[in-house]
Amino acid sequence: MNAHADLGANPKPPVDAARERPSDRLPSISAENITVAYSNGHVALENVSFDLAAGTICGLVGVNGSGKSTLFKTIMGFVRPTRGSIRIAGMPVDEALKANLVAYVPQSEDVDWNFPVLVEDVVMMGRYGHMGFLRRAAKEDHAKVSEALERVGMASFRKRQIGELSGGQKKRVFLARALAQQSRIILLDEPFTGVDVKTESAIIELLRDLRARKHLMLVSTHNLGSVPDFCDQVVLINKKLLAAGPTETTFTQANLEKAFGGVLRHFKLGGADLHDDDDRRAVTVLTDDERPLVFYGENGDKRPGSAGKK
Amino acid sequence: MSELLVPFEYNYMVKAIWVSGLVGATCAFLSAFLMLRGWSLMGDALAHSIVPGVAGAYLLQIPFAAGAFIAGFLASIAMWFVRQQSKLREDAVIGIVFTSFFAAGLLLVSINPTAVNVQSIVLGNILGISDDDAFQVVLIAAVSLAILLVKWKDLMVVFFDETHARTVGINPTGLKLLFFTLLSACTVAALQTVGACLVIAMVVTPGATAYLLTDRFGWLLTLSVLIGGLTSMVGAYLSFFLDGATGGVIVTLQTLLFLAAFVFAPKHGLLAARRPHASGGSAQ
Repeated sequence: MNAHADLGANPKPPVDAARERPSDRLPSISAENITVAYSNGHVALENVSFDLAAGTICGLVGVNGSGKSTLFKTIMGFVRPTRGSIRIAGMPVDEALKANLVAYVPQSEDVDWNFPVLVEDVVMMGRYGHMGFLRRAAKEDHAKVSEALERVGMASFRKRQIGELSGGQKKRVFLARALAQQSRIILLDEPFTGVDVKTESAIIELLRDLRARKHLMLVSTHNLGSVPDFCDQVVLINKKLLAAGPTETTFTQANLEKAFGGVLRHFKLGGADLHDDDDRRAVTVLTDDERPLVFYGENGDKRPGSAGKK
Repeated sequence: MSELLVPFEYNYMVKAIWVSGLVGATCAFLSAFLMLRGWSLMGDALAHSIVPGVAGAYLLQIPFAAGAFIAGFLASIAMWFVRQQSKLREDAVIGIVFTSFFAAGLLLVSINPTAVNVQSIVLGNILGISDDDAFQVVLIAAVSLAILLVKWKDLMVVFFDETHARTVGINPTGLKLLFFTLLSACTVAALQTVGACLVIAMVVTPGATAYLLTDRFGWLLTLSVLIGGLTSMVGAYLSFFLDGATGGVIVTLQTLLFLAAFVFAPKHGLLAARRPHASGGSAQ
């Protein structure tokens, strides 16, 4: 094999070996002018462009039917853009998927909970991209599965059939699968739906931890209240891109009203409702599908925002 | 006692037992997948759809498997295509496609009653199978089984979560195509063993029985293959004493096992469901 004997003495590895593998690249998603039209003529996305870099949690926000799931499907290569292109870590989608760069946490409704698999089997599926042709699990694969289950606090449930879990536990199993997969880009589809508050904060903590380790997460959510909590970037869409950028400057009342149009409930509390003096400040509550209950006062005994009042 | 060994003295019986066992095992392997996606009737549809192919093959004197395979493949493609292009529900699509193929097959047979024996297509004829036909059946079943043994984990991921399958570099469309190709191939093989009407049992019942017995897919496959293989061998053996009707015996045996599992399965059986939950708890 080795034609040059002196190469062996060289302490530096040969140039070829030092070339980075695709999985070592920094994660990024870059959508350039993508338009997606279905065969029935329905245009689901029009001229959407955005760039996301490593170390980001990005919220993908929009009403139902705004193209959130089409965007996910396009990033996963299920739908080809009619125009424009998506590049993941600088590669075309198919190549990036082959290189195991992207993990996906599905919506709970999309999972067949009666499927005969145990919790640990599902997490092991995350390792398939690291295995050979026959998908035989090596020691390292078992170790990564245990580690991922520990990380999400599901180690003691590993022998359960997945349908026997609560909503929050189910979500954590699929997060564990994404962790075991070791992909640095993770797409999460409505991760907070049907999840208890405890799990929600556990998920957010986990995502922050991954962000610190230079991962890139794209989270579709209609849970507006938690977006400023954990997303540093947001992408607002409604077929077209409405706004994209850092949360502080993009996740504004004006942009949200654009995104949600008449769908959003909007409460403004101020004046005599809030205080007895001339203070001009007001509390604005935006919510998409639930009426908020707002208490105010020293003991929370006043209810100025009894819902519906505008 | 020696009377029980009589079937083994006949070459055709030994052949029938081994061929049935192999076909039963392969169909059972497929059944583990098929019943999980609500596609069970697909097997039935295919079995009926290949009838024109078999009839045509005997007419043209080409190997029956080739004709059956072409017809089955066309039917799968037709179902898939109509499903993709219309808003019709799956069951309606299957119903339309398989009846039209079956009708075409019956028409072919009725025009040429000498070339094809309707009875052997509808009821199977494993005890009287020719060496040529047996060879085709064994070849189909063995190749399918080999492919399944290599690819079952990939198929499991595709059946469980197609999106995830893509992210680990698996091509779901390709694998589904492979699965339906194998399904049509094995339907052809099963047609020879139990006949068009009972193929559906071979590609559903073993998997459904195993589903009641375990929560792990690997075990489900193992149990399913054991059930399918053994019932088929025993069924072929018993049919010697019962004089024919191999398909009927095999499927009756499978049904009996299913009923036993339905009642006595340790976790999902009727009796277990009636018992107060002792091991529930701790689901927090």
